Amino acid sequence: MNENWIDAGAADRISPEDVAPFEHEGRQYALYRTADDRYFATDGVCTHEYAELADGFVMGTIIECPMHNGRFDFTTGEAKGAPACVNLATYPVKVEGGRIFVKLS
Amino acid sequence: MSVETAIRDYSLVGPEAERAVAAGLASARWYTPPITRAELKELMRRDDGPAIRDTLIWFAAFIVSGGLGYYFWGSWAAVPFFVVYGVLYGSSTDSRWHECGHRTAFKTQWMNDAVYQIACFMIMREPEIWRWSHTRHHTDTIIVGRDPEIISPRPPDVLSLLLNLFALKNTFAFFRKVFLHASGGLTDEEMTFVPESERPKVHFVAGVYLTIFALVIVACFAFGSILPAMYIGLPTLYGGWLALYFGVTQHLGLAEDVLDHRLNSRTVYMNPIFRFLYWNMNYHVEHHLFPTVPYHALPRLHEAIKADCPPPYPSTIAAYREIIPAILRQLKDPTYFVRRELPRAAGPTPVGAVAAKA
Repeated sequence: MNENWIDAGAADRISPEDVAPFEHEGRQYALYRTADDRYFATDGVCTHEYAELADGFVMGTIIECPMHNGRFDFTTGEAKGAPACVNLATYPVKVEGGRIFVKLS
Repeated sequence: MSVETAIRDYSLVGPEAERAVAAGLASARWYTPPITRAELKELMRRDDGPAIRDTLIWFAAFIVSGGLGYYFWGSWAAVPFFVVYGVLYGSSTDSRWHECGHRTAFKTQWMNDAVYQIACFMIMREPEIWRWSHTRHHTDTIIVGRDPEIISPRPPDVLSLLLNLFALKNTFAFFRKVFLHASGGLTDEEMTFVPESERPKVHFVAGVYLTIFALVIVACFAFGSILPAMYIGLPTLYGGWLALYFGVTQHLGLAEDVLDHRLNSRTVYMNPIFRFLYWNMNYHVEHHLFPTVPYHALPRLHEAIKADCPPPYPSTIAAYREIIPAILRQLKDPTYFVRRELPRAAGPTPVGAVAAKA
């Protein structure tokens, strides 16, 4: 396994169409599973104000921040309107052997 | 402590703003009640159905009350219909603005945005300004020097509250600001919560608002009647009283500078008509604890977490039995507030949150 691919836990720990937290070296990330079993990863904190996106709500490929309802497309990181105005960083994800790996550079 | 020494600066650009930041009260971690992820996910689920139903009823009520008001215009029989039209226009729009501003009322995004824009115009709240001010209200709820939506300071500004029974003070402030915004300005306070990237929208919408109001005035002169203004503009004033009646129950008289919405917000049981007009904003503790839960799921959220919250008020009358004496006492003692008691088994308030107010 390439050293940049970080094991982020079992794939089935995330329900379909949901989000879960992942922490690595003191930094928060959010992992997503779509209804059709695709996986994605973004920074774990909203770009607007401090709020952990893993506490938010997933609708399709949108994550809604739990504090101010700012929305992002987690497949691209694109902010979808105020108060989310700055895009989220996204990270490559792959699933192997039932585990999620996130490429953090 | 004398009344003078206890008076605080509620502006967002004064010493209290710096004090709040220094005390760790700005953008702080707030209390969250225990609830399973699965349960919360179910409560957060969006649905167009309830809001479409309610909005169709809402529009129909506008048409019927406005139509009958027109039919009976010139006689006293028009009064009750304009009372209804005014409450729909000047008061029920408070909750539509609120829920659609959070983008939780409808599942479909454009529906939230469309109703938000309509409601903002009716209640005279500029959409971008109020989107950002409400964002701050949720970050720093009733934190003095941070929250731009504290309805009244301590000691309470009773005159302003009374004037706002007919939205008089709010309307004056609205027009003062909308002229400023249309000319390219913002207040110092607005600059603290409206990002630069969003400011061009503020200036554009202010110009649109002024144009519409100018057209209404022109129409009044053209028809030689105030009737056009009875439908657009004036109902914000003559129908704004119920929004104030509801809005006062949200936080007034409760603790300032606490990081626990159970201590600075009220949940008040209301009858079905009030809940339709208010879109369940009476479940205000629950709304602040979980802003992603749509209005139609708030009663279920209330049931799910009520063991962790102070008892709800059984009616608006019951809430006012607490609020009015609190206002009167705060006139003499601005340090007084109503201390909400948490159930014995409830989760504890974040350490330092209550002490920080002293």
